[in-house]
This record gives sequence, structure tokens and C-alpha cells, in this order.
Amino acid sequence: MNNGINRKKEARLMKGNEALAEAAIRVGIDAYFGYPITPQSEILEYFTLEMPKRGGTVLQAESELAAINMVYGGAGAGARVMTSSSSPGISLMQEGLSYIASSQLPCLVVNVNRGGPGLGTIQPSQSDYWQAVKGGGHGDYHLIVLAPASVQEMADFVFEAFRLAEKYRNPAMILADGALGQMMEKVVLPEEGSLPKPEKIWATTGKPSFRERNIITSLFIQPEKMEMINMQLQKKYKRLQDEVKFETIQTEDAEILLVAFGLAARICQKTVELAREKGIKAGLLRPITLYPFPKKAISDLTDKVNAVLVVEMNSGQMVEDVALAVNGKCPVSYIGRMGGMISSPEEILDEIQNIVEKESIREEKTW
Amino acid sequence: MVEEILIDGLELVYKKPATLTDTPFHYCPGCGHGVAHKIIMEVVEELGIQEKTIGVAPVGCSVFAYHYMNVDMQEAAHGRASAVATGIKRVLPDRYVFSYQGDGDLAAIGTAETIHTVNRGENILMIFINNAIYGMTGGQMAPTTLLGQVTSTSPYGRECAAFGYPLKITELLVQLPGAYYVTRQSVHSPNAVRKLKKAVTKSFEYQKEKKGTCFIEVVSNCPSGWKTTPLESIKWMEENMFPIYPLGDLKVPKS
Repeated sequence: MNNGINRKKEARLMKGNEALAEAAIRVGIDAYFGYPITPQSEILEYFTLEMPKRGGTVLQAESELAAINMVYGGAGAGARVMTSSSSPGISLMQEGLSYIASSQLPCLVVNVNRGGPGLGTIQPSQSDYWQAVKGGGHGDYHLIVLAPASVQEMADFVFEAFRLAEKYRNPAMILADGALGQMMEKVVLPEEGSLPKPEKIWATTGKPSFRERNIITSLFIQPEKMEMINMQLQKKYKRLQDEVKFETIQTEDAEILLVAFGLAARICQKTVELAREKGIKAGLLRPITLYPFPKKAISDLTDKVNAVLVVEMNSGQMVEDVALAVNGKCPVSYIGRMGGMISSPEEILDEIQNIVEKESIREEKTW
Repeated sequence: MVEEILIDGLELVYKKPATLTDTPFHYCPGCGHGVAHKIIMEVVEELGIQEKTIGVAPVGCSVFAYHYMNVDMQEAAHGRASAVATGIKRVLPDRYVFSYQGDGDLAAIGTAETIHTVNRGENILMIFINNAIYGMTGGQMAPTTLLGQVTSTSPYGRECAAFGYPLKITELLVQLPGAYYVTRQSVHSPNAVRKLKKAVTKSFEYQKEKKGTCFIEVVSNCPSGWKTTPLESIKWMEENMFPIYPLGDLKVPKS
């Protein structure tokens, strides 16, 4: 996939975390604020190594709380800024994210998801789906959420995240997982400077005599005003629906539709192959934007399939959004592992076979 | 805008700085916040740095500081003002950045941010208004509340066994190499106000020279929270606050 990015033909073998950090330098971030946590510490390490040589500020904060508030300050001052963390650290950032969303500041937050709840494990997980797409902190807001499924996308989505964040003045999140952060793959890196920085007339850069002072705030004591701010946000989220991105694999003739994002979608690609070898017409829809969610694409495909199986590395979170999109048109079920465990293509295939059997008996359908 | 009326034959001896907006202060009668706001903005005007100054407002009574200060400002979450100021200063290093926080904000919920900002020697000015109480939420016990002091959450008086001791955070910060200039001032008398103004001026000058963190504690009063008249509050402050929080410089640059 091109992802609309200019790139030099310069292939490298890189870890997902490092490819993401390199892409961030190439997109021209002014500052990175972060705190170490496994499995994403390579991002902070990469910046501390590279940014002194190539420009920009990198600062290891005293906590994720401080880091996200430094991001708030930097973004409010008009800079292109980001942070990254993993699940427990992202929980600590939720207060700041709520402020950033309400103040309508563009920035990038990367969550290299590990298994939870609590201190959990350092193994890969998708258990932060709800936290990422439903808001996460207090109040009615959404992040723009992108879910990469390869090291290439770990790099590419940095550009896409900043493009969307700056276009809509909204915080964006890349929701990856520990495996995508740690695994090495070939990556063709985006070209430096290929995402122009927009003018930010609202930023707190110092008040010249010719304009009123700029104020970055999320405090609107009068409920009438606060409701108006909420309406503005909701209007923006509606406009965001134009930016829905997803990928489909062998869905043209599919009778059973798999829906999965990120690493789980990579696994499902193999399952689709295995199912087709057994004569089961399986297809895959992979949401790339988790928010906005590809509701219509799923709904449209559901008109043609007999069943939907959602595959996740969590207890079944996205399945709720899929079920809403399907709206009762066919059965929707879930399979997945939790706490840092990953389903194998064969486990998923077994589940497909169970569904096919069950549905053909119940519906007397020919599969 | 308020219309300026000049009367012939009279000499103009006092004028509100243009760096303050015309919005009337919402502070209670006798509160020190208004004076502290005015001093900072007077200095910004006198140094001619309005175009290059960015302030960070806290959560607390001065949450609306940006209604009054006519400079670009950001509103921080409770306790995080110095982290927000760090973010601004790091991306705009040639601007003058200041944070403005109360005792609950700076010395309770934001203690980690306060200590680490100063420890990094961030080139910012941190203003700390210490009135020994949570004013905005209705007079609860603060980290700086005095022993024996009655508040709505220490109704029998602050007792050290249960609530610990008044936190002298300014004395703690003096130990950090990143702190360049640390002083404790007040706004209870014309003389004190003049001294505070000098401290603010010096701090912005040090910031220009990238010397490190300047930290000004302003011991202030809270007539509403203390349940006193404004005059009684000044007396109470002199008699009870100053012995625990003595005024004066705590760390000055070595000349």
C-alpha cells in the first residue's frame, strides 16, 4: 500500500519501534516527550540517540503524567510533538489526553499495547482497544486511532497520524502491540519533509500587538458554552468519517467474513488461505482506522456473507462495534486470546469450521 | 475597552498596565492573587516582553488567570503547570515562559512535576502562591496548612500525627542545582509588593540569560478560606505564616 507517502527506494531491516521513531524524525517532529516502559523503550532510546544529531528536542520526563502534559504544552505552542508508551503508561496519560482533545490540539500518542489489566505482562495484546477508541479519559471525546499491521505501517502511519491530527486539530493514536514494536521486517522509509507543517494561528507563540491573545484551555464554566464546545467536537467526529480506512482480502465471494486489526489481521490472512484450501470461502476485513470505524464497509459486506467472526488479542472488544455495524443481519462471534497470548491460524480455522457447521445446520444454507 | 478620561491640569500618576485586560478580577475582597497578577503583568509591560511571554495557569483560584493577563496562555491540568511550561519552553526556547500555581497545585498533586522541572533547571519562572489552604474548592487543608490551623478538612486543626507537617517545598527546591534563584515574598504591604516586583523583574532577566529555574513563593492570604476580614487576614499571616515561611531570598546567584 502506498499510503500516499513519498519515499526513496531505501529498504532497511528494522524493528517496528525503531522504524516508527525514524519515521517521526523524517516527518519533522519538533519534540518528543516520553518515559521508558517495555515493550516500547526503543522509541525513546532511538530519539535520544538520533535527535541530538538531527535536530529537535527529546526529553525523558519524570512520568507519563509529565510527558503527556509536556506534549500538551508543546502542541499548544504550535509544535509538531509526540509521545509513546505502553498500556499502564497510557492509562496514566488519559487525563492529559482528555485535556488535549478538549483543547483541540494536534499531537501523536503511540501505544505499543501489552497484556493487562494491571501491571499485566510485557507480551503483545490488543486489550486497550476500548480505551483507545471510546475516549479513554473523562468526557465525550475521541482520538483518531490508526492500527498498523506491519513494520512498514509502523513507519507510514506516523505521517498519516500527523496529517489527520493537524487537519482536524485532534490528538491521534497509533495503537500497535508489543509484537509489532519488537519484530523486524523490511521497511521502505518515508521521505523527509514530505508532510508540510500547517500554519497554526491559534498557537500560544507570544501575543503580537496585531492580534488578541491566544488561549489554550478546556475550561468553560458556563454549561451553555461547554455544550457548544461539545457540539463542535461531535461535528468534527462526524467529518472524520470521511477518513475511514480499511483493507479487504478475498471478500468478493466470501461467505464467512473475518474482521481483525493489527497483528490479529496478519494471522487471519493465513487463516483465510487455510480455509480456502479446505473449500471454505473466507475473507478478511481489516480496519486500519479504528476510530473512525469502518462501520459502513462492514455493513455492506455483511449483506453478502453468512457469518462474521471477529478475531482479537483481547476478551472481545471490537466485536461490539462490529455487531453494531452488522445490526443483526447475520451471526457475529468472537475468538481470541488474552493476557499476551496470540491465537494461531489453526485455532481460528477450527472456529471457522465450527461456525460453518453450526450455521449450515441452523440456516440450511449451502456453504 | 475602558475609556481613558484625562482631566486637564491633573498629573497621571498611576495607570493599569496594558498587559492586564479590562476584565474585573473575580477574586474575593482582600485576596492577594489580584496584586500578584498585576505585579507580573506590570513587569512584562516594563520589560517590553508581552509579544514573547507565554503563561501557564493552574487549577485553583487562579484557574482563570488568562482572563486577566493579556498574554498568550495555556490552562494546565491540576498540578501539571510546570510540565506544560516545560513543553512550551522546549519548543520555543527564546520566549519567556512562566507558570502560576497555588499550594495544593504545586506542592501536593504536582510535587513530582515541581521537583523535576526545577531539577532540570528549566529556563522558566515558577510563581507559587502559598495561602495555606485550598481556596477554590472551599477551604480544605493544603500541604502548607499550618499545624493547628482549622480548615474544612481539618476541622479540629491540622494535627501532625494524622496529616503531617506544613510542607516547606521552597526550602526543598533550594537544594536542587537546577534552581538558580529562589525567593519568598509577599503582597501584604506596599514595601512587600515592591520587593516582589523586583524579584519578578530579576527572574525574567535571568530567564533571558538562560540561567535556570527561577522560583518565587508568594506568601498570601485567603480571607474567605481563613474566615477572617481582609485586615484580620493580614495580621494572621504576619503572626502565623511568616514564622513558618520567613520572607527573603533563599538562593541567589553567586556573583
